[in-house]
Amino acid sequence: MSIRIVTTHTEFEGRVYEQRVVMEGEEPPVWGPDAELAVVGTPQPRVDAQERVTGAADYAYDMQPAGLLTAAGLRSPHAHARITRLDTTAAEAAPGVRAVFSRNNAADFQNPNRDATIFADELLYQGALVAVVVAESREQANDALRLIHVEYEPLPFVVDPDQALGTGPLAATTKASNILEEYPKTYERGDVDAGMASADEIVEVHVETPACLHNSMETHGATAEWDGRMLTIWSSTQDLFGVRRQVATALGLRQNQVRAVKQYMGGGFGSKFGAHDSGLLAAYAAHRLGAPVKYMLTREEENLCAGYRSPSIQTFRAGAKRDGTLTALDQRSVASIGQGAWMPPVAMATKEMYLCPNVRAVDVAVQTNLGPFASFRAPGAVEGTVGLEITLDRLANALGMDPLAFRRQNYAAEHQDLNRPYARKLVLEAYEQGAEAIGWGTRNLDVRRYPNGKGGMLRRGVGMASQMWGGDGGPPAQASAKLLPDGTAVILTGTQDIGTGTRTVLAQIAADELSLPLDHIRVELGDTEFGLYSPPSGGSVTLSSVGPAVRMAATEARKQALEVIAHLTEAPTDAIELRGGTAYNRETGKELGTLASFLEQLDGHEISGKGMRGPNAENMTVRTFGAQFAEVEVDIGTGQVRVVRVVACHDCGRIVNPLTFSSQIEGGIIQGLGMALMEQRIVDERFGTVMNANLEDYTVPTIRDIPQIDIILLDSPVVQANTIGTLGAGEPPIIPAPAAIANAVAHAISRPVSALPLTPARILDLLREPAQ
Amino acid sequence: MSDPASGPSAAAVPAAGMVDRVRIQLTVNETAYSLSVEPRRTLLDALRDDLRLTGAKPGCNMGNCGACTILLDGEAVYSCLQLAVECVGHTITTIEGLAQGDQLDPVQRAFIEHDALQCGFCTPGQVLALKSLLARNPHPTDEEIERGMAGNLCRCGAYPKILAAARALASRPD
Repeated sequence: MSIRIVTTHTEFEGRVYEQRVVMEGEEPPVWGPDAELAVVGTPQPRVDAQERVTGAADYAYDMQPAGLLTAAGLRSPHAHARITRLDTTAAEAAPGVRAVFSRNNAADFQNPNRDATIFADELLYQGALVAVVVAESREQANDALRLIHVEYEPLPFVVDPDQALGTGPLAATTKASNILEEYPKTYERGDVDAGMASADEIVEVHVETPACLHNSMETHGATAEWDGRMLTIWSSTQDLFGVRRQVATALGLRQNQVRAVKQYMGGGFGSKFGAHDSGLLAAYAAHRLGAPVKYMLTREEENLCAGYRSPSIQTFRAGAKRDGTLTALDQRSVASIGQGAWMPPVAMATKEMYLCPNVRAVDVAVQTNLGPFASFRAPGAVEGTVGLEITLDRLANALGMDPLAFRRQNYAAEHQDLNRPYARKLVLEAYEQGAEAIGWGTRNLDVRRYPNGKGGMLRRGVGMASQMWGGDGGPPAQASAKLLPDGTAVILTGTQDIGTGTRTVLAQIAADELSLPLDHIRVELGDTEFGLYSPPSGGSVTLSSVGPAVRMAATEARKQALEVIAHLTEAPTDAIELRGGTAYNRETGKELGTLASFLEQLDGHEISGKGMRGPNAENMTVRTFGAQFAEVEVDIGTGQVRVVRVVACHDCGRIVNPLTFSSQIEGGIIQGLGMALMEQRIVDERFGTVMNANLEDYTVPTIRDIPQIDIILLDSPVVQANTIGTLGAGEPPIIPAPAAIANAVAHAISRPVSALPLTPARILDLLREPAQ
Repeated sequence: MSDPASGPSAAAVPAAGMVDRVRIQLTVNETAYSLSVEPRRTLLDALRDDLRLTGAKPGCNMGNCGACTILLDGEAVYSCLQLAVECVGHTITTIEGLAQGDQLDPVQRAFIEHDALQCGFCTPGQVLALKSLLARNPHPTDEEIERGMAGNLCRCGAYPKILAAARALASRPD
């Protein structure tokens, strides 16, 4: 079959890429609002839930090839230091130890993903890698770590972003500045100064958001095996094809000598793109030693070197006319990225969410002596939404306007940045339905604000925030669909299920396209050897990229099946329809036989259809939009905040599986609640070291912290987006949650809020300020 | 629970890396296993690395997260805080032993039906924590469920669905 190549554009976490699309054949027409779908749109338990509740699911951490060795890492205790002496001889001689890798014997080993040596002489953060021991047991590896002799020359360090921008020392001696190359970057639209001059009210707002640690339950790492021909790596990753590429490059192997596998993973939340140093080290050690090696990070290593949400310092100036018309938005964002090398899109919402002709956004990415930050579920967007939505509430208060009415008044119907339409923007619907559900109209009544009377200690508040994000995905993403002689189907893709339920929704799509019951479909994914290329699972793009590819593959298989049936029954192809695994003549209503009865006549030939994600719509912007409303209760005696209820309304297009969709929404809200109320990495600035790189002192929400969560579905296809009309749902729910909670707390205590998390100590401090 | 100080290896405290192994017998999922372990080996590592029962997960190895929860004499415990040698003579149940043949335990079925899991890494621990709670209190209130399950973290935030699964089980007739 001939191919054609077209160019399209895709967005990933706020960045737009030009993308070449290779198409074989045509995608089927989109499933519109009237498509008759039996399985898509229905709540379905996960097709792989049983493996997860019985312990049968194998994670990278669980792989145990025969003769497995365990790796453990020695890491820098200093924020910034140079190794002056490193002696591993005692460790190499310790019982059970098979190798010690360090700059002494692996100085040229590079991570191609960041183009840097893994064993550096200059250690740029606490947790930077010094050496890796490979031993027969975990205990032996840990014992040997203590036998490594290292002498460090401590160097001046900087961990505070203000100091890093000011007179503080350089975070790396090889660099001339702590500010990332090409920064500051300024975005400007209209004339901000003129916009401020025309405003009747201007507010200035300072907002700080914390460094949140992903704390995926399964840490980063991999198990790897080299058999002299193939390197197999079982990696806890969101990006199998990236792992294959990076391992091949790092080890000097060809890509067809590397197989990356991940059937299950214990969470990633954006931190697990690529192989990570830990995975590369497992592969490197397995290759050098000719024995399988597992390197899974300890919880402390995870929290020192595997990423975090970069903390932000944001200053806003915002102006509006007395009637509530926004005239200017001016945002300066500093992202403290540690040893990271890019800046997340903190100003994304400021540029687009509300109608404003005059916008300026200055982005500053500053490096410090802390580990590299990593994408964390809507990186940048969560932080920026906190800043923007707090600012809007302040401005509404200054104008004496209802915050929701203020947002409605400044609704932006078009993508102002690019002067083009949105495929759709249902944010006004989300406002209306969310406001009704939360009881927005009664939020200021005393009976609601003082649940145990004005003399009591409890105060309630209601706040809200808007949400926008990409999630429309794009090519390339490929799949194939096989029909087996007994009328069952196997779907093959190289995508990965990162915990969102990918196998299940892909099976639902295939079931409807093939008119087969769900239990006749098996989806195989998570393996570069057998699956076709799929993109990294992040940016809320998996379903909207891979789903259409699976649908096209199933369509192609169905077409071939209809040809076969037509040939065998002499019914016209276009008169044949499949329902529930049986073929009928649509014209005569006659049952022609089961699908299996025809396929088994093919003497073993398996029907196989191939599908790929087509190009994105041009000249329009496809986004998820939504809003959340939060009600909180603050104890003004203790400073404790309890989130009572969250109402969430997000437009993610067609909902393929309402059950797993609701799980995504709830999970995003709960992670957002953690950021709003309790989560923050604490750094001791005297030493530049992290004080809570564990799950004891770094607190995440437990089952006791969860509010009532009500989800309002806006379930209808975005027909311009892709052939299933679905957008991603992984990131949208976390985006407005911390902002809505922060605004609710400000409402409850009648005082402005400016820094997260809103710990009891911080609330008590705020309560010392006069009420507004 | 036996006192670890009086355990089989308490007499010798050899240098690191030179630890004598001890032979112990563990009863796991109604099967007796004989294994040779260093006295400091945790039950979690013994289950996973020696017995290849990898359902119990290492999330923190310091008793903070609950992913390694197993049942010891029917009580939910963190297996990362338990030495294997302490568990001799006790009855250990891991997630692999919860189903009766092909018949899933009602707690497992409720987790599937309510989608009380996402990535699934914490799920074996969550299931066993709830199993243990329901064994001592078949009809817990929401407050009791939350207290009983608060020692098991879920970073995906499956908590509302775990609560729903637990409520459904708690409201079953005796």
